[in-house]
This record gives sequence, C-alpha cells and structure tokens, in this order.
Amino acid sequence: MEISGKSVFRGIAIGKLAIFKKTESRVKREHIRDVPAQLERFEQARETAKAQLRVLYEKALKEVGEVNAAIFEVHRMMLDDPDYTESVNSMIATQEINAEYAVAATGDNFSAMFAGMDDEYMKARAAEVKDISNRVIAVLQGESAGAPAAAEPVILLADDLAPSETVQLDKSRVLSFVTRHGSANSHTAILARTMNIPSLIGVDFPDDAAGKTGIVDGYKGLLLIDPPQETLDEYRARREEDEEKKRLLLELKGKENVTRDGRRIDIYANIGSVEDVALVLANDAGGVGLFRSEFLYLESEDYPSEEEQFAAYRKAAEMMSGKKVVIRTLDIGADKQAYYFGLDREDNPAMGYRAIRICLDRVDIFRIQLRAIYRASYYGTIAIMFPMIISVDEVRRIKEIIAGVKAELDAESLPYKDVELGVMIETPAAVMISAELAREVDFFSVGTNDLTQYTLAIDRQNPKLDGIYDPHHPAILKMLQMVADNGHAGGCWVGICGELGADTTLTEEFLRMGYDELSVSPSMVLRVRQRVRELG
Amino acid sequence: MKEFQYIIKDEMGIHARPAGELVKAASAFPCDIRLALNGREADAKRIMAVMSLGAKRGAELTVRTDGDREDEAAAALLKFLEENL
Repeated sequence: MEISGKSVFRGIAIGKLAIFKKTESRVKREHIRDVPAQLERFEQARETAKAQLRVLYEKALKEVGEVNAAIFEVHRMMLDDPDYTESVNSMIATQEINAEYAVAATGDNFSAMFAGMDDEYMKARAAEVKDISNRVIAVLQGESAGAPAAAEPVILLADDLAPSETVQLDKSRVLSFVTRHGSANSHTAILARTMNIPSLIGVDFPDDAAGKTGIVDGYKGLLLIDPPQETLDEYRARREEDEEKKRLLLELKGKENVTRDGRRIDIYANIGSVEDVALVLANDAGGVGLFRSEFLYLESEDYPSEEEQFAAYRKAAEMMSGKKVVIRTLDIGADKQAYYFGLDREDNPAMGYRAIRICLDRVDIFRIQLRAIYRASYYGTIAIMFPMIISVDEVRRIKEIIAGVKAELDAESLPYKDVELGVMIETPAAVMISAELAREVDFFSVGTNDLTQYTLAIDRQNPKLDGIYDPHHPAILKMLQMVADNGHAGGCWVGICGELGADTTLTEEFLRMGYDELSVSPSMVLRVRQRVRELG
Repeated sequence: MKEFQYIIKDEMGIHARPAGELVKAASAFPCDIRLALNGREADAKRIMAVMSLGAKRGAELTVRTDGDREDEAAAALLKFLEENL
C-alpha cells in the first residue's frame, strides 16, 4: 500500500510502524483521608516534572537553539507559579481529593481562563497549561509522559505532535515522523527538520498500520506499508548511500571553513522562506546569505502587510540568534509573477519591468517592505541587498527612501539597529561600475545566474541554448575577479549567492580571487566546507 | 510607590517567552510589583497572572512598584519593557 503526503524533511526511513497515542490522562476523583500524604505526592511529582523540563530545555537548547528552547523554561516557571500550586493544594485540602484530580481540575480551570480570551495566542497558552498538568499527572501515575512505548526504532505515526512531544522523544528510537495533520510551517515540522529526521505530513494512514513494516520516502513524500521484498531491497540500498554521504558530511559540522594553509571563507545559505531557517541551522551555515523575500508576495493573494512581513523577518532573525541574515528586497517580474501587481505581459521580461525597477517606481510597496525589515533588524543581525542594480543613481535613491523610513520609525519610537546595505551584482553594468558602487554600500553579492545570462546574451529559459550556457566562461570569471577587487578597494565584503557559489570545481578559484563569502543552498553547505578544507 | 505607563510595541504582545523573562526580571526585587491593564491587575512575579492579562501590541500597561527598592525596580522594568516589548 502506498499513501502520499507532503515531505517536510528528505531522506529514507525503513522500519516498523507505530502509532503515537496522546496520553489523554483519565483521572478519577477519589476521596482521600490522608491530606498531607497527597500534598506530599503533588510536591514530589511537581519536582520530578520540573526536572524533566530542565532536561528537555537542555536538550532543545543543543538541538534547536535558545529561542525555541525557551518554551520549556516557561513551562517550568508555570509549575512554580504560586497561583497554580496554591490552587492544587487548596483543592486537595478542602475537598479531600487525590492529587491527580486536583492537578487535572486546576489545569482545566487555568486552561479555560486562557481559552476564554479572544486571541489565538492565548488559546495556545491554554494548551500549555494542559500540557504541564498532564506531565504532573503522568508522573503521579508513574508513566513517563508521552514517550513512545517501543523497544526497537520505529516510524512514528500520529495525528499531530506537540512541540513538547517531538522534542522529548528518544530520537534513537524514532526513524521518522508521519502525521495526518500539521502544516509545513508548524513548529513540529520545523523541529523535525532541525532534528534531521525524514518526515511526512498530511498522510492519511490506516489505523491498522501499527506493527507493519513501512518505508518513508522523504524525497517523493510517500509512505509505503508492507512493501514487496524487491522494493524493500531497493530502498535499503538507497538508504545506505544516503547514510554514507550524511556520515561523511556530518563530521564537518562545527568545523571551520578553513583551507589547510589557513585561508578562510564564510559559507552561508540561501533560503526562500522562514521555515528553511531550520535547514540553515541543521547544516551549520554561518548565516543566511540570501533570503528571497518574494515568497511573501508570491504566496499571498494581495500585497503582504507590513506586520506580516515584519513577523516573518523577525522570526528568521531570532531563529538565527545573532548570525547574519541578508534579506533581498522584492525580486518579482520576469519568471516570478504575482497577479495582483497587475504587471503587463512583456516581450522580453528578463530585461523588463522587474525587481528594483518596480520598487523604485512603486515606492509605496517598497517602503512597506523596508519598514518591516528595519523593524525586524532590532531582533538580530539583518543586512539588506537590492537586486538588478545598474546605476549608482538607483542606490542613492534607495538610500534616500531608507532615510525617510528611519525618520518615520524614529518618530514612532519603533526600535531598529544598524543594517548593512549591499547590492546584487547581476548585470554587466553593475560589474563595470563596481568601483563606484563600492563607495555607496557595505557589501556585494554576485548573482551568477543572471550575470551569466546577461553577459553571454543567453536566455536561460531556452533549452536549445543549454549547450553553450557556460557559467565557467572566461568573461564571467574575469568579471568575478573585477567585482572582488573593486569591492575590497571600496571597503566592501564580497560574496557569491548564485548557483556558481556551490560549484566545488571553482571553490579554489573563489578563494584565490579573495571572496569573503559563498552563499549556497542549505544542503550544499557541508559539501562546500568539505571542499574548502581539502584545499591548500 | 512608583508608577509608570508603557505601550506594548511587540507584534505578539506579552507572549510566553517574554512573560517568563518579565517574571524573572520582577522576581529580582523584594518590593511588590503589579501590572494593570483595562482594570485588571496582575502580580508581575506570577507567570500565569502575567500571561492572563493578554497584553497585546498597543495595550497601555501600568506598572506599579511598592516597597523596598521600588525606584530601582521601576527603572529596571522600564528598561526591560523597552528592550523586549
């Protein structure tokens, strides 16, 4: 049987299927006589639960970073809150009831108080109060909360998983997560990706799957139940290959991007949405070198608001906890269209009304994006780069608009930090005036895909020309050298964020040219690091 | 007694993580510290109470400190709010 869903992390898992059941604690109300004994039981269980949360916090801190781990610390504080503990104690004492029931009733009361408030965030708090109460009840009943009861590693099937459930799972016993619900943006999906476990969502698995053999194909988004032997063998071979590659690369996590003769380069990652930040962290990139902001516009039915954009940029900045995040402003037009922009059809869109040209024409849209980015800058280290630049005048106009945006934020006393400004070098014009541009900005990032298309006059979309589309063309390499030299002379750092950056046959050349940074897809970070470390 | 007002600027309001940090900041002082919003009041050292205020972006929060080191506590909380919320 084969069921399809959506993959949230690639990879292959093969193993027994197990169904995760939430420990919906059924608590009976019992009349008790020994009140002090029940108070003592509650106190002991609360201490044990707090100790569990401390362990979870430490575990999450290592795996997913401080911002995501903080929730477990908040849970621990909730268990220490006198309003909560006094409520439990007084219920035990006045009603002469068992600790389990008092905890459950208190949890329900607080949870109802939060859930009654009219906002989604408080409803989430309600779920958390239940979560901590269930943890204490599980301790009282002598279970360990939420852990899967499996001796051998399993593919875990669930309706959905709460963050506290995914993180407290003993990962050595989980091969994969497969859930019926949950979105690619859900906390669970992000955590699963950070944990490097192949996982699927939106899979409507049958209830009788438990105990059968399954395969999770995280490349195609498939769950196979009771597959035939030959399929099993095929997938086993692929898994071996994957694991060998992964093992070699993982050894490079935490290592520096330094050649044997001591030359260094930053390796950052390119991302197309906030969820990809988890992949950036999992692959140990030094920062985000290209955050394509288009997704906010392309996935939307209308112009995304300042608040929507701010929330996305801020989340990325916070998850990267201080590491640099380079946001590229709207690069729409050509092959990327959002109908609500009402753009005309063009004969030659690659050379048409696109990217910064739209932004400088429709300043209202641009200003909203810049306000959102500046506001988010307060929460981490953000840099901004502008696409399709062909003149110094464009950069000066951008800087004037930015000065206006900062003045507005000052007037509203909204905080922001200093933000590095840079330009994408992706037109031959930008290369030729790179010395002048370098005096205006803090960094350059070369977009090799467009630069190759414009320099060689080859339409990337035309398959007939694939044979002569050559990103190693001497014209491109000479331009790259020129950009690095002019950038450095003008005090800029220089990077490459196009596909060529991940081309390991050129890594040595880039180092020799003096490039400071290569930004590549998250899955290529460790491979490029491997190459750097072989050189010299 | 010291008192000041602060308008929440954070997009998500006083959500779980900053609520935890706020409680930690308040607990560092011996004096009584209360937060008031729309006629409701919460002890700033109790996380459930702080979260139950449901303070969102734009909400005007009144902070009162009363007792030992009240001046210092008010200054510290203002600083915390400005930096985090």
